[in-house]
Amino acid sequence: MKITDDLIDYIGELSRLELSDEEKAGAKKDLTDILNYMDKLNELDTAGAKEMTHPFDESNRFRKEDAINGDQREAMLKNAPAVKGDYFKVFKTVEQEGME
Amino acid sequence: MKIREMTALEIGDKIKKRELSCREAAVEYLDGIRNEGQAVNAFITVMGEEALSQADAIQRRIDQGEDLSPLAGVPVAVKDNICTDGTKTTAASKMLSNFIPPYNATVIERLYQAGAVIIGKTNLDEYAMGGSTETSYYGITRNPWDLEKVPGGSSGGSAAAVAAKLAPYALGSDTGGSIRQPCAFCNLTGIKPTYGSVSRYGLMAYASSLDQIGTMGKDIKDCAAALSIISGYDSKDSTSVMKEPFDFSKFVSNCAKDGASSSDRKLAGLKIGVPKNYFDIGISDEVKSAVMEGAKTFEQLGATVEEFEIPAVEYAVPAYYIIACAEASSNLSRYDGIKYGYRSDNAKDLMEIFYQSRSEGFGKEVKRRIMLGSFVLSSGYFDAYYKKALQVRGLIKHSFDEAFTRYDMILSPVSPTTAYPIGGQIEDPLAMYLADIYTVSVNLSGLPAVALPCGFGRNGMPVGMQLIGKAFSEEVLVSAAAVYQDNTDYHKKSPVKGGQ
Repeated sequence: MKITDDLIDYIGELSRLELSDEEKAGAKKDLTDILNYMDKLNELDTAGAKEMTHPFDESNRFRKEDAINGDQREAMLKNAPAVKGDYFKVFKTVEQEGME
Repeated sequence: MKIREMTALEIGDKIKKRELSCREAAVEYLDGIRNEGQAVNAFITVMGEEALSQADAIQRRIDQGEDLSPLAGVPVAVKDNICTDGTKTTAASKMLSNFIPPYNATVIERLYQAGAVIIGKTNLDEYAMGGSTETSYYGITRNPWDLEKVPGGSSGGSAAAVAAKLAPYALGSDTGGSIRQPCAFCNLTGIKPTYGSVSRYGLMAYASSLDQIGTMGKDIKDCAAALSIISGYDSKDSTSVMKEPFDFSKFVSNCAKDGASSSDRKLAGLKIGVPKNYFDIGISDEVKSAVMEGAKTFEQLGATVEEFEIPAVEYAVPAYYIIACAEASSNLSRYDGIKYGYRSDNAKDLMEIFYQSRSEGFGKEVKRRIMLGSFVLSSGYFDAYYKKALQVRGLIKHSFDEAFTRYDMILSPVSPTTAYPIGGQIEDPLAMYLADIYTVSVNLSGLPAVALPCGFGRNGMPVGMQLIGKAFSEEVLVSAAAVYQDNTDYHKKSPVKGGQ
């Protein structure tokens, strides 16, 4: 597996991580080593093998949607990095002409 | 005997008999943490006041004649990736340095119901991603057996706390060995329960299909008593399995039935498989001989011990890291700097809040795993890596299922080496990953395992072995481990104060 600079940039984007040049160089080396090692899996013939996503064959369990956690607005907002009134505060997310 | 030398059950017994108050027990440990805790740095948060008022509340319940658990009034340390209502829970990350959960994890609720007194939150590798507790934002934790060596990880703080007698027992979490390996490095006993038997509600998710909370202590009885408190179905965790909790009182009465004498061949009929190919792959001689000795002891105690080969073992580590990182990249996408957690001051728009907060809030190893996970899930590489790893996971589970048609349990090493020097491997992620060779298959297969002390290396550092069982066979594992510990004293050895 060849890890290019472009691929590192792309992975950074997917991960929502901004990487310094030094971090990019480190990531390139580490990912190259790790993925080369992971390519070892290709030695195994898995044609037709079932993909295992969960340890047991449990089916989904459904329950009534009852609110049991009560009103925790204050406790929740206390953990927010920025609030305005009863809301989480963020930068303006919608830009539209003529609107303030 | 001094309080801190006792097992958790011995302390619980003293409290029950009114020879010791809950407050006295808590004070004993809180003083210990204050006076001796700095050297190992096992705790991120010490819950001094909360513990004392909790101790008094439990004492009142005991005084009123309430029948709590055998661990009522006994202090406990909890890994800091398990949410505690009103007490900072950080996952050892800068990202959550100010996070105060508005709720308790289910295991915390159950501990309180059983009368436990939580004395503090223990250090870990950031988000439980590591095997040495060196990646914590809150400083490294040191191994009480040798302060220049790592305690293992990721539950290294919990292990160091118990080994340094700063807590009688502790909760940890195990995604790829994070309970068993620090237990092996610090001469403790630990249980990684069957996937689904302990609720993950309130455990900060790393890899949801692998994570499981478990117990760590001085011996198997303490671990089993604690497991009976925290296990059992929970409607708040959709992967929780509809099973009764582990029954500690049944275990105790079975032990009593078998008689106190431990020299008779109690393990007659038990079939133990030892995968001999586990011993051909980069394992140190001292670990190999201690684990082989452990197998011999089981044989002398009446078990049938047989060597066999378990296929596909060398594929467990790559499959594990692909799956764990894929799940981590998805789980950690929630940390966006909006509703809780760290937000960068440098951001100038919404997108920058995401990028800057995550880039400044996560440490190196966490970023590495998020990137690896994002990559293996990305279009064009998904089939070659993620899908392939899921198929290999199935093959690995199958090889364990197959082994369990012949054996009641599998005995293996926990880690290829004893605890290594601080800074020894941290710059080489691949070498760190490879050291998980004996532990990750258990998580991939959802199986229970118990880590037990089984000897010491030439430099005096502890060696651990593990017993791996069929799904939901905790009772069998605990019974076998108890017989082993009744007949050996490795688990009774403790470090010389301040390391060697």
